[in-house]
Amino acid sequence: MARYAMVIDTLLCIGCGDCVVACKTENKVPEGLNRDWVVEATRGTYPNLTTEFRSERCNHCSHATCVYMCPTGASHHWKDTNIVLVDPNKCTGCKACIAACPYDARLIMHPGGYIDKCTFCHHRVEKGLDPACVSTCPTHCMYFGLLDDPSSEVSELLRTRNYKVLAPETGNQPNVYYLT
Amino acid sequence: MLEEILVTARSNPHVDPVMDVWGWEISVYLFMGGLSAGIMFFSALMLLMKKDRETPFAVNGLALLGLVVLSLGMTTLFLDLSHKLFVWRFYTTFEPTSPMSWGAWILILFYPVAVLQVLSTFRTGYPFFAGLVDSLPLVTKIFDLAERYRRLIAWLAIPIAVGLGIYTGILLSAFSARPFWNTGLLGPLFLVSGLSTGAALTALIARQHAEKRLFTLIDAGLIVAELLIVALLLINLATGSRPQLEAASMLLGGSYAGWFWGVFITLGLLIPLLLEYFETRGALRNLAMLAPVLVLIGGYVLRVIAVDLGQETTWIDYPSEFNTQLLERLH
Repeated sequence: MARYAMVIDTLLCIGCGDCVVACKTENKVPEGLNRDWVVEATRGTYPNLTTEFRSERCNHCSHATCVYMCPTGASHHWKDTNIVLVDPNKCTGCKACIAACPYDARLIMHPGGYIDKCTFCHHRVEKGLDPACVSTCPTHCMYFGLLDDPSSEVSELLRTRNYKVLAPETGNQPNVYYLT
Repeated sequence: MLEEILVTARSNPHVDPVMDVWGWEISVYLFMGGLSAGIMFFSALMLLMKKDRETPFAVNGLALLGLVVLSLGMTTLFLDLSHKLFVWRFYTTFEPTSPMSWGAWILILFYPVAVLQVLSTFRTGYPFFAGLVDSLPLVTKIFDLAERYRRLIAWLAIPIAVGLGIYTGILLSAFSARPFWNTGLLGPLFLVSGLSTGAALTALIARQHAEKRLFTLIDAGLIVAELLIVALLLINLATGSRPQLEAASMLLGGSYAGWFWGVFITLGLLIPLLLEYFETRGALRNLAMLAPVLVLIGGYVLRVIAVDLGQETTWIDYPSEFNTQLLERLH
């Protein structure tokens, strides 16, 4: 399995929300629905506070429980990569994948009724472009690339910087990394 | 530490602020699935044990209810789908890692076997309706054939009933993302609860006193088994990791405590158990309707608690301060 990763530098992120707007524009996400979002995590006691901004989305897990739970094969790994997609023509809207996602990253596509989610902009990745959120980021704090290629920017960053992933204890092997 | 989705909104319907993608449709389906499993199990078991005389309703009349109950359950299951036109996609594939796919195929196996069960006992169970069609030569042949193989049909029904009953629990327990569900005990719990509701329904409808008494006795035994499995489930939750402990506190002392202790445990298990104990000793005859009705209510409430609480339990939990009304003011 070729592993695509998104690496987000939380030290550079200012929480502007452009990644969310870029996603909505690029993917024509209907009003009221979100494929990505920005979390503000504040730690400490006043006046000694630190704030971390995290742009979050589907983690495109290598061990994707949503894919395992899907009864029709609609949730699948795209072209033997870790990119998780939903085929609307196979989706019954049973919502098993929504319940199966420990990150609550999936949504019901209204009014279509099928399940929708972040695609890592695979239609752009196919052309060698970065996902819309990554290419829009004004602070250049987001990176996208192949983890299997040791010379890629994402591999280099994960070799040299401290990082974390969200809830690794779920065993889902998420592929969105946060530099800390 | 406070983590909030503050910078941008996330208000995906049925996911935020608390997951509730599955509502009453799924609770009803899981209840009806368990009930029809119990119905199929006891109708087949009593036939195989040659209890035709002691339990005439269970052997000859019960199986028809299984078809009705499961059809109602599958109707609510269908109502839950949000992409309904693609329901046939369940049957163009088999996904071995998905309990829901197993369930879809078990449901398909249930129907022909239940129909055969009904055909093989229809003449004795529903003589009036059988008489209406029995004069047609083809129907006579079908009844004859089904009756000749009625033991074989009952043998087929047993594993399908157990499979259906246990799958309704495995369906939920396979979700590692929902800590409350993620225990293998849900399979046996839902199976035993399904059998118990099946026995209760039989005791409720059967006319003969001996049959009522036998199924009251069976149901009492199943309630004891169910209480033991619930105890194991609670031990499992209360000694688990952080997300499981959170689920345990919601169930035992939080927003679900009243439903769990008051309705499910007390009204749905303990009181019927007491009533059934007295009934089998010949007392409280005029209350004979009450215990089975309470068991059926308890069985349904168990499914409601499981479906609702399970969805609320999670690994990641952000308070989302976003208020959709603010967005409307912008227009």
